[in-house]
Amino acid sequence: MAGQVLIIEDEPNIIEAISFILSRDGWHVRTHSGGEGAMAAVRERRADLIILDVMLPHRSGFELLADIRSDADLGQTPVLMLTARGQRKDREMAERAGASRFMTKPFSNAEILEAVRALAGAA
Amino acid sequence: MATPGILAAVCIIYVVFLFAVAFAADRAARRGRGAWLRSPLVYTLSLSIYCTAWTFYGAVGFAARSGMEYVTIYLGPSLVMIGWWWTLRKMVRVGRSQRITSIADMISSRYGKSNLLAVCVTILAVIGTTPYIALQLQSVTLSFAAFSPPGPEGGRSVQSIAIYVALGLTVFTILFGTRNLDANERHHGVVIAIALEAVVKLLALLAVGIFVVWGLEGGLAATLERIDASPIGDFDVSGSRWTALTLLSAAAFLCLPRMFQVMVVENEDEGHLRTAAWAFPLYLMLISLFVVPIAAVGLELMPTGSNPDLYVLNLPLLAGQDGLAILSFLGGFSSATSMVIVAAIALSTMVSNHIVMPIWLRATGGAAMMSGDVRQVALLARRLSIGGVVMLGYLYFRLSGGGTALAAIGLVAFAGVAQFLPALMGGLVWRGATRNGALAGLGVGFALWVYCLFLPSFGAGVILPQHVFDAGLFGLTWLRPQALFWTGGMDPLVHAVMWSMGLNTAAFCIVSILGFPRPVERLQGAQFVNVFDHSQSPGSWTGGLGQSEDLLIMAQRIMGAAEAQELFTRAARRQGLSGYLPEPSPEFLEWLERRLSGSVGAATAHAMISQIVGRATVSVEDLLAVADETAQIMEYSSQLEAKSNEQARTARQLREVNEKLTQISVQKDGFLSQVSHELRTPMTSIRAFSEILRDGGLAPDELQKYATIIHGESLRLTRLLDDLLDLSVLESGQVVLNAQTGTLAEVLDRAVAATMGSVPTSLRILRDPGGEDVRLSTDMDRLAQVFINLIANARKYCDAPAPTLEVRAEVGEAEVVIDFVDNGTGIPLKDEALIFEKFSRLGQTRAPGAGLGLAICREIMHRLGGTISYLPGQGGAAFRVTLPHEAG
Repeated sequence: MAGQVLIIEDEPNIIEAISFILSRDGWHVRTHSGGEGAMAAVRERRADLIILDVMLPHRSGFELLADIRSDADLGQTPVLMLTARGQRKDREMAERAGASRFMTKPFSNAEILEAVRALAGAA
Repeated sequence: MATPGILAAVCIIYVVFLFAVAFAADRAARRGRGAWLRSPLVYTLSLSIYCTAWTFYGAVGFAARSGMEYVTIYLGPSLVMIGWWWTLRKMVRVGRSQRITSIADMISSRYGKSNLLAVCVTILAVIGTTPYIALQLQSVTLSFAAFSPPGPEGGRSVQSIAIYVALGLTVFTILFGTRNLDANERHHGVVIAIALEAVVKLLALLAVGIFVVWGLEGGLAATLERIDASPIGDFDVSGSRWTALTLLSAAAFLCLPRMFQVMVVENEDEGHLRTAAWAFPLYLMLISLFVVPIAAVGLELMPTGSNPDLYVLNLPLLAGQDGLAILSFLGGFSSATSMVIVAAIALSTMVSNHIVMPIWLRATGGAAMMSGDVRQVALLARRLSIGGVVMLGYLYFRLSGGGTALAAIGLVAFAGVAQFLPALMGGLVWRGATRNGALAGLGVGFALWVYCLFLPSFGAGVILPQHVFDAGLFGLTWLRPQALFWTGGMDPLVHAVMWSMGLNTAAFCIVSILGFPRPVERLQGAQFVNVFDHSQSPGSWTGGLGQSEDLLIMAQRIMGAAEAQELFTRAARRQGLSGYLPEPSPEFLEWLERRLSGSVGAATAHAMISQIVGRATVSVEDLLAVADETAQIMEYSSQLEAKSNEQARTARQLREVNEKLTQISVQKDGFLSQVSHELRTPMTSIRAFSEILRDGGLAPDELQKYATIIHGESLRLTRLLDDLLDLSVLESGQVVLNAQTGTLAEVLDRAVAATMGSVPTSLRILRDPGGEDVRLSTDMDRLAQVFINLIANARKYCDAPAPTLEVRAEVGEAEVVIDFVDNGTGIPLKDEALIFEKFSRLGQTRAPGAGLGLAICREIMHRLGGTISYLPGQGGAAFRVTLPHEAG
């Protein structure tokens, strides 16, 4: 059975690109734009993997990750964090906040596909 | 007839007797007995060393040669004792409260403890006293000669008498003058011996006088007749000479080192002056009572050509009264010896304290201060000085040939020591007197004394060649030694006294007024001038270890505990005491004062020590001097403080700069991170979709759609790079402004066309053609860029159902104001401060743009000399652009 992937991102073009790549590989993709209401989207339906952008308007990806990790039900969900800032500081913060994997934009389609397969497959 | 052998025996017996008396007196004084030693009578009698052999023998000679003039020699001191009693008391009080050891010490102490001054006074005192000692030796020798049978052999043996006398006096003086190195320099034995001698000389002169009047002349009436008949009554009395001589003897009485010794240093009790004020003039009166009768009778009875100086001796001898002659001889001997003894003590104190010891201490590099042999060296120096002073007198006597020229030496010596008077008296009454003034006065006075009186006294051609007397030094007639400044025709003595004392006083006053006393001089001046205000009635030294403890506590505060402790222990060991507290002896106090003054200044150290040992209560002047020093110290520390303030300021500036740099660094990091984000985001889409396109297998509409996305994101990247470069140019100030002229309306037209032209939009723009009709002279392209940005923002962000942007222009006095107000929800209050910052897109993502627009606008307006700001409270988003009118 195909895994569920939730993409939380604010750039519509990037959402579209990742959705296309994952859908083509057979994943069920849900998307949410921006930080607002993202938690509700997470709770709405259990996902096998959450792809989370760091720079979200209104609510940063790190805050959202902390909420997810502190949720008793969803706490174990693998989270793949994406960032466009490319700073080592972000990577460290992501690891501390409990990100399962961290990727810097831009990435190749193969890379993200491999990461999704690894993380969602393990779940 | 009494032979020189009998005479020598009498002398020896007399000296041994004096020795015994002096020894007994010293013993009694040491045991604390013998109150009679300290009676006013002894003090008064000791003052009689004023009457030396010169007065004993010489007064009669003086009267025989110059008539009544001899009276001036007694008149001066009597006037001082009676009329200047208050000044004498002041001198005595200062001497005691300051522990003065000599006149050199007095003067140097008054002028800031200047050793230079002390050395000068000492040398001048030695120069002035040496002939006087020679005079005493001569008188003893001459009096011996009067007894010896005439002839070459007798004469030679008499001449050699002088050396024995000199040696004997040296031994006596050393024995009683330097038995102990007392702090107060008092010599009870010596004082009692000279008091005894004073009695002997008075009795001798009275006895001779009575013998002459009643024995030789047969009564008072006959004597008076004889006097009237003698040339003494006819002598013309010159007013100027009288005045000069009286002044001179008065000055000498105050300034002679030996007089200072008995009057001030040996003084036991200030109250003694009260008795001496009438008793001493009485003594002088008695001793001068028979001078004229003896002179008159001598002139009559003695063969012409005989020395009138020896009438006192020769008249009894002539009458075959050997006993009386021997008494008379003893009187003269007493006069001579007492003078030499006291003068030698006084001078040796000065020479050893101010010349020998400082040189020795310097030569040994102060190492001796730490060992215990200072006392031994001081005693040795004192003894050698006594020997030196007496031998100097002996040499002078031998070299001068013992001629009658010596008779005139008395007044010459008086005039020499009188040069101390301005500095001494000025220092007692005038606080403004300075060390330099004293040095100048002394220098000028002594130079003139030497040139006008001392050197000429040897006679023309002896030291000063005859032509100097006639034509002046270097042929300058105004420099003739006895006619200075063409004041010829005067009595040489009056001339010399007038010029030396006058110019001495003038130099002293002028230099003092022109200069400024140092703090120590100021302090000492106050102590001297106001001695009655702040010295307790002087008692003897009552220092104790208790005071030392207080001193130690004080010293510890100043020097630090360990160092002070060590110093005190060392001083105690030097005094031969075990433990850590030395006796507060004057030497120790002086030494401590010197040490402390290195840390806190001389005036402060002096005031603090004085306070503790109760030498003098601290006066207002002391405190002022201390305040002066404190002010200096405070000024110094405030300079330090200013420096440290400056350092603090520099440190603060550095810290600020550092913070700014850190801030800039953080901003730079933030900026780079923002730029990275803004670049990577479009690149992510481009990469992802180009890979999707490469993979192939897409429907044509998908292909179309994804290619469009790639194109759009590429444009976004280009725009971002353009903006970044633009901003960078603007911020670095390298932008070249291209000034043009045009109306505001034209610029707005261009901006609206650029924004609205290409893409259809619902935004409506309301313009104000009236206000826009203003001419501008600025960079129109850049201004248009700002307007384009603002209009584009309204188009992007205005969220009203019917978005409207109103552009209002208003021409003020100094500037043109253009407002851009839309009817949207505007910008949240918390973000108003941020909107002009780079990448502040306020979380809005639906419009393209990197968030650099307003930052660029701000930079442009800044370059154009205007401003752009957010206008709150206008309903929607509102921006105000202002341009200076000059530019418009």
